[in-house]
Amino acid sequence: MTIDFTLRTVALGTAVLGIVSGALGSFAVLRRQSLLGDAMSHAALPGIVLAFLLTRSRTPIVLLIGAILAGWVAALLMGVVVRYTRIKQDSALGLVLSVFFGFGLMLLTFVQRIPDAGQAGLNRYLFGQAATLLEQDIVTMAVLGGIALALMVLFWKELKLLSFDASFGASLGFPMRALDTLLITLIVVAIGVGLQAVGVVLMSAMIVAPAAAARQWTNRLGVMVALAALFGAVSGVGGVLISSSGGGFATGPTIVLVASGLVFLSLLLAPNRGLLARWLQRQRSRRRLRVTAVLSDLYTLAQQHDDPEHAHDIAVLRTMSAGSGGVGHTLETLAERGLVRQSRPGHWTLTQAGRIEAERIARGEEE
Amino acid sequence: MTFDQVEIQLIAAVAAAACALPGAFLVLRRMAMMSDAISHTVLLGIVVAFFIVEDLNSPLLITGATLTGVLTVSLVELLNRTHLVREDAAIGLVFPALFSIAVILISRYAGDVHLDTDAVLLGELALAPFERFRPFGVDIGPVSLYVMGGILLLNLLFIAVFYKELKLSTFDAGLAAALGFSPGLIHYALMTLVSVTAVGAFDTVGSILVVALMIAPPVSAYLLTDSLPRLLGLSVLIGVASAIAGYWLAHFLDASISGAMATTAGLIFLVVLLFAPERGLVALARRRTRQRWEFAQAALAIHLYNHEDSPEAVLENRVDHLSHHLRWTPEFAVRVVQMAEQRGLIRRKNGHLALTDAGRRTAQTMLAAT
Repeated sequence: MTIDFTLRTVALGTAVLGIVSGALGSFAVLRRQSLLGDAMSHAALPGIVLAFLLTRSRTPIVLLIGAILAGWVAALLMGVVVRYTRIKQDSALGLVLSVFFGFGLMLLTFVQRIPDAGQAGLNRYLFGQAATLLEQDIVTMAVLGGIALALMVLFWKELKLLSFDASFGASLGFPMRALDTLLITLIVVAIGVGLQAVGVVLMSAMIVAPAAAARQWTNRLGVMVALAALFGAVSGVGGVLISSSGGGFATGPTIVLVASGLVFLSLLLAPNRGLLARWLQRQRSRRRLRVTAVLSDLYTLAQQHDDPEHAHDIAVLRTMSAGSGGVGHTLETLAERGLVRQSRPGHWTLTQAGRIEAERIARGEEE
Repeated sequence: MTFDQVEIQLIAAVAAAACALPGAFLVLRRMAMMSDAISHTVLLGIVVAFFIVEDLNSPLLITGATLTGVLTVSLVELLNRTHLVREDAAIGLVFPALFSIAVILISRYAGDVHLDTDAVLLGELALAPFERFRPFGVDIGPVSLYVMGGILLLNLLFIAVFYKELKLSTFDAGLAAALGFSPGLIHYALMTLVSVTAVGAFDTVGSILVVALMIAPPVSAYLLTDSLPRLLGLSVLIGVASAIAGYWLAHFLDASISGAMATTAGLIFLVVLLFAPERGLVALARRRTRQRWEFAQAALAIHLYNHEDSPEAVLENRVDHLSHHLRWTPEFAVRVVQMAEQRGLIRRKNGHLALTDAGRRTAQTMLAAT
């Protein structure tokens, strides 16, 4: 595939957006504020339109500042509502999200009906149009995103405290309220960076998905943030490449779907936490349990019999296992380990090693 | 007012009322964001159903969309149950993915049909009266009025029939389960209701406004009352008021009706947030100020009581001494003394302060309470 200049610019832009939103989204996900991004990105719309109305400029940086201010006001309002009334976080989110978006929509249609407003292009903030990204847009995105990431690194320790144990942080004398505001501001900036490419409707996914995928692979914050940035960049570039191949794959939704695919794979395949790993582990422990059970059963039988060498029918063992299944298979596993032997077809007895092992288990000394 | 205008307001009011009812339960059950998720994902159901029946007016579209709404809920729960992601993240993962699939399907295969994402997200209430309902060739009003009216009726009926179950499972899910009501069943029934309402409403008012109409009026009502029937009634009332006021706001600005309706719903909330009689911010601030002064007066009474009849009383019980002992600024001390005097807790006796009988009782009750 030949990668032309425009495509390279667009891919670069979405990579920047993925890195910034992935890294900062990690904190939102860890703090159980995944949907904050949703509210903030919808809330950005009136900011964008108001910025245009006041300045009559379509320069991305002007609109972006409007978006960031509006997101900030929304976050502030939500904070007040949750702190001073009995309204819960979810209601505050839904309220702010829909009211701000509705307000932005009203302004947008209002602006569109002003003759000669030259507002064409505000619409693209709804669903995003990565294809319209220009080189100077990328520079704006990179500079703003870079500042946000630099602040994240600068306040790394404090943000870590905020994410994992805010009350401990407060007891150490850190200004947790101010840090909370800082983090929200950074997330709002990350959203602003992505709005032009992905749009307000789908931007929230770019905050949540890379971070949720990264969370599956590690328990360390640093690794998680780096992985989330990587996943974000992969989603951005991957989405652009797929949509540029034609066939009506709109860029924003494609980026989101790539990110969702990464989440799905991570949930499935991640070591330790992943669904597959957990399934395998369950199988392993079930097998181990069965081995112990059959060995103990044989030992019980041997003790009740005068002749310790007496071979017992597999049917007896099956009955003792109460239908948990796999007795024959388990016996073979035990035989391989030299703990039991088959004296004649269908009849099993403990070996010397098996008896010692069974006694160890009976004393409660698990392997 | 033209006839069209009346019809638009009627549709808007009915839609607002239909949304407010299940919305109130979403707010109480802390699942408000589910409305956001469902209102987005029903688009996928509509698109898929459209591909199957190839008719935009088929009732199958509503069925398909409702099913996707319920599917969204179960996917979120499935994801949540893996314990790999938390519930908020699960919602934030599921609905953008399903919504993206819908958008891509539309742009790939349905480019030439009337099914564009803008209309779905934003709705166009102004066009609603143009689609008429004509059974047997008689024009009896716009289709969407009947759709929303039917949904409103369905919601009313459901809440009326299952009121007790809804109330119990909302406020005490554990007790509901112990008594043999299935909270899961009620939950899914409610979610189906939310889906149906979202599907019906988003055709006319757009999916984001569905969220605004479901959440904002009940949240406002939540600050005004503690009783569930009153909460439901107030939600409907506030929803209808937002709808009508929003219509006129849009009319004067020549802007999107659904956007204006969300805006007025937000403005109503802002007014309620500030001025609600008991839970409003103004009432809260006034209560705090009053408590601060009352506490200061009580502290003053206790201070005087402690030193009463003791040798140092003459020295301690002077206004200029209070700022030193109770760590008050001199201005604050003067204010407190004045107020306590007005309330008859203390009186001045040649330059120093003394408790009245009422003041002594106040101090005694305060001390006894600790």
